[in-house]
Amino acid sequence: MGKSKETKFRDKISRLEEIASSLEDTTLDLEDALKLYEEGMILAKECTEQLKGAELKITELKNKLLNDIAN
Amino acid sequence: MPEPNILTVARLTYEIKNLLEDSFDDVIVTGELSNFKDHYSGHWYFTLKDADAQISCSMWSSNNKKVFFKPQDGMKVIVRGKITVYPPRGNYQIDVREMRNAGVGDLQMAFEALKQKLMSEGLFEQSRKRKLPKIPQKIGIVTSRDGAALRDMTAAAQRRFPLIEIVLVPAKVQGAGAAETIAEGIRILNQTEGVEVIIIGRGGGSLEDLWPFNEEVTARAVYNSEIPVISGVGHEVDFTISDFVADVRAATPTAAMELITPDQSDIRAALNEFSAGLTGTMEDYIKQQRDVADSFLKSAGARVPADLIRFSTQRLDYALYKLNQSMENNRNSLRSKLEQLTAAISHGDINRTLRRGFAIVRQEGRIVKSGAALNAAEEFEINFHDKTIGIKSGKE
Repeated sequence: MGKSKETKFRDKISRLEEIASSLEDTTLDLEDALKLYEEGMILAKECTEQLKGAELKITELKNKLLNDIAN
Repeated sequence: MPEPNILTVARLTYEIKNLLEDSFDDVIVTGELSNFKDHYSGHWYFTLKDADAQISCSMWSSNNKKVFFKPQDGMKVIVRGKITVYPPRGNYQIDVREMRNAGVGDLQMAFEALKQKLMSEGLFEQSRKRKLPKIPQKIGIVTSRDGAALRDMTAAAQRRFPLIEIVLVPAKVQGAGAAETIAEGIRILNQTEGVEVIIIGRGGGSLEDLWPFNEEVTARAVYNSEIPVISGVGHEVDFTISDFVADVRAATPTAAMELITPDQSDIRAALNEFSAGLTGTMEDYIKQQRDVADSFLKSAGARVPADLIRFSTQRLDYALYKLNQSMENNRNSLRSKLEQLTAAISHGDINRTLRRGFAIVRQEGRIVKSGAALNAAEEFEINFHDKTIGIKSGKE
């Protein structure tokens, strides 16, 4: 669950970058431009929200050598 | 009749110079450092003395870069170099090529020997240093479970970019067997799904404490890691072998975490500016469309069915209405800089880059990315870090 969320953050940022450059295309028609605009605003908001609530996730793996020394 | 053997000062000095420089072209001297000065040019100037005598020394930055401890007055050192005479002042000094800490002895010598060996094998090559991921999702850490280093690193991560996952492989970071546990930690992380970068490190301590990071087994594990490794050991002044082998050396464990995580406050600010920029772009776009529609209505209105005209006007009005609503939400940040988003993610705000001497050229509110894209006949502006200068028009 956590993992897919994080993946989304990085993907969202690259999508935002795509949207920014698409919108510079002046031949874009109104419907498409509006769609991109809305998508961008939603993504930016989601990214901000995601940062707000985030808690660092820490997992620990076993180091077999360490246990050998300790025992 | 002139007296024999009258020398000019210059002549005598040059003879002394030749004599001294020929006789002492490679000397190894031990003494105590005093009056040590780290000049802003990077060169070092100091006096080497003992109870009975003293001699001036200089060490060029190209040589002192290879000294991996911080010289301090009172420290006992061994230097190697040659005597040079400086005629304008009539003095002589040692031009120091190498310096080692005489007080540390064996460990320091082992350090130097391993450093030479690994360097000649190419483990320190710049060309093999890899780039770090921009926004990592999973960071592996090899350090002590109970050390200050781990606490510092997790605190930095929580503060800067809490969306990451940290995978810790605990290791012993001092004493016998420690280097092996660190090497094993690096191997384990290399077999762990999704780890994009590894930090190895520990807090400050004596040279003996830091020793596991100066051992060959650690150095080889760093070298053999498929995943980029950041080494953050001790304090700013501590250099270890693993620092040289790692893809990036960080001054401290905290600095290592800061290097690899973007700062969320930068990202948030950039996201705000991004939204504002987006809104600005849309506003321009729709106004432009509206102008087209208006002129169309004026010129050709009579020939177009009235319903169709009403329909397209409505659509435009609706779009503007929605836009204004969005702008209401973003009123505070209506200064658009789309590119700042990218800049923020590249670990630093744009001002940091500007302060290094770069500038941004903008025309009609947009960043000009190439010379070809600049219309020099029209006005444009140059943003420096401290001010913006408007240019009415320029010639190419």
